[in-house]
Amino acid sequence: MAIIHTTVRPVIGGGFRLQWEPAQEAHVLLYPEGMVKLNQSAAAILTRCDGLRTVADIVTDLERTYAITGLTSDVCSFIAMAVERTWLELRP
Amino acid sequence: MSAPQGRARPGPPLWLLLELTYRCPLHCVFCYNPTDFGAVGPELETRDWLRVLEEARALGAVQLGLSGGEPLVREDLETIVAAAHRLGFYTNLITSGVGLTEPRLQGLRQAGLDHIQLSFQDSTRRMNDFLSSTRTFELKSRVAELIRKYRYPMVLNVVLHRLNIDHVEEILGMAERMGAEYVELANTQYYGWAWRNREQLLPSRAQLQRAEEVTARFRERVGPRMRIFFVVPDYFETRPKPCMSGLGQIFLGIAPDGMALPCQAARMLPGLTFPNVRTASIGSIWYDSAAFNRYRGEDWMKEPCRSCPERGRDFGGCRCQAYLLTGDAANADPVCDLSPHHHLVTEAVERAERRATAPSRQPVTERPLVFRDHRNDEGTRA
Repeated sequence: MAIIHTTVRPVIGGGFRLQWEPAQEAHVLLYPEGMVKLNQSAAAILTRCDGLRTVADIVTDLERTYAITGLTSDVCSFIAMAVERTWLELRP
Repeated sequence: MSAPQGRARPGPPLWLLLELTYRCPLHCVFCYNPTDFGAVGPELETRDWLRVLEEARALGAVQLGLSGGEPLVREDLETIVAAAHRLGFYTNLITSGVGLTEPRLQGLRQAGLDHIQLSFQDSTRRMNDFLSSTRTFELKSRVAELIRKYRYPMVLNVVLHRLNIDHVEEILGMAERMGAEYVELANTQYYGWAWRNREQLLPSRAQLQRAEEVTARFRERVGPRMRIFFVVPDYFETRPKPCMSGLGQIFLGIAPDGMALPCQAARMLPGLTFPNVRTASIGSIWYDSAAFNRYRGEDWMKEPCRSCPERGRDFGGCRCQAYLLTGDAANADPVCDLSPHHHLVTEAVERAERRATAPSRQPVTERPLVFRDHRNDEGTRA
């Protein structure tokens, strides 16, 4: 798995769409003829991946929102997994 | 998408397929559309389709397939896509590409269409000339170029059968030249017109094996820039497919006449009265109708499924296949080697084997292929 630098700006991959589904009470990631139902932490990260914020920004925001520290490595490994599955693309 | 187990109230119909029309400029011998499509009543009006979208979306439907027939023959396709997009559907167009002109693609892009799957079909009656048919290739190339121009991923679906499976290498080469990113090599499933033509379409085991080898080599050469999926025909398996993740679990299909179906092929299942969206709401159809509840859970199962430890994995396979082959839709899908009717599948495969090895001069009893058109339609023939 690739190493994720905290200066890159992740964005939802082409062909994917992230949205809240009331019927499933969850965020889902939609792609051609398929769907991933996201757990809360995955949704918390992916909803912040707007192509503008860096990974560092996202970590700071999450740590502030959930009043915890030390999220960098968890967030980076999730983002690396998401990039591998093409859910996310990275912008410099 | 996974299906809930048991007899509990099902989740929402996550996957909605609108078969907008049975009209189609092509005459594919492997089409799964009903063989009496001419007898199917008039198509729904635009406003009916829009109501279906609203009601299904409110229940939680999220993936939308727009199919047919050829959906592009509906002039209101753009209106339907726009409404679906507004409602939050992920919209997939399943098309032969016939009729996909630049203005239409532009309109569909603007309407918010998410995805296009281009089916590679035989558009001529000269089956054996299919691959060298410049008409087919030029059409598909032109459409492929448009699809790329409007920045959709290039997704090709090719239906394989006995008459084209030996050309997998050429098919893949063609896909590569078109810049395909995903190619699905889907072996024919035997419903509708394909069922009528099964004896001609079922490949031999050797053909299948060669095709898989060619695919594996091709995959190795092109790497990740072209992802190839090879779908083995279930006649060659010993366990059935978990068809539709169980009927009435995630899939809701609406036929051109408004008939609501738990699988595109289910119209033929006997003893069921399928509800129609003209007279019933999507909610009552999905949750309350007898037809959609008929094959939910496990109460309908017979032995060997009823006591089978694998029943939660494949739900007894395909009801339509069970009915077509055994005459009883509640039987185990005969693809399963635990089914007492499994010999019906192996015998069909053996007949295909014999046909493949029969010396060409020997008189082989061949039935002509039946093309999907109005002349052969069981519903309109005099």
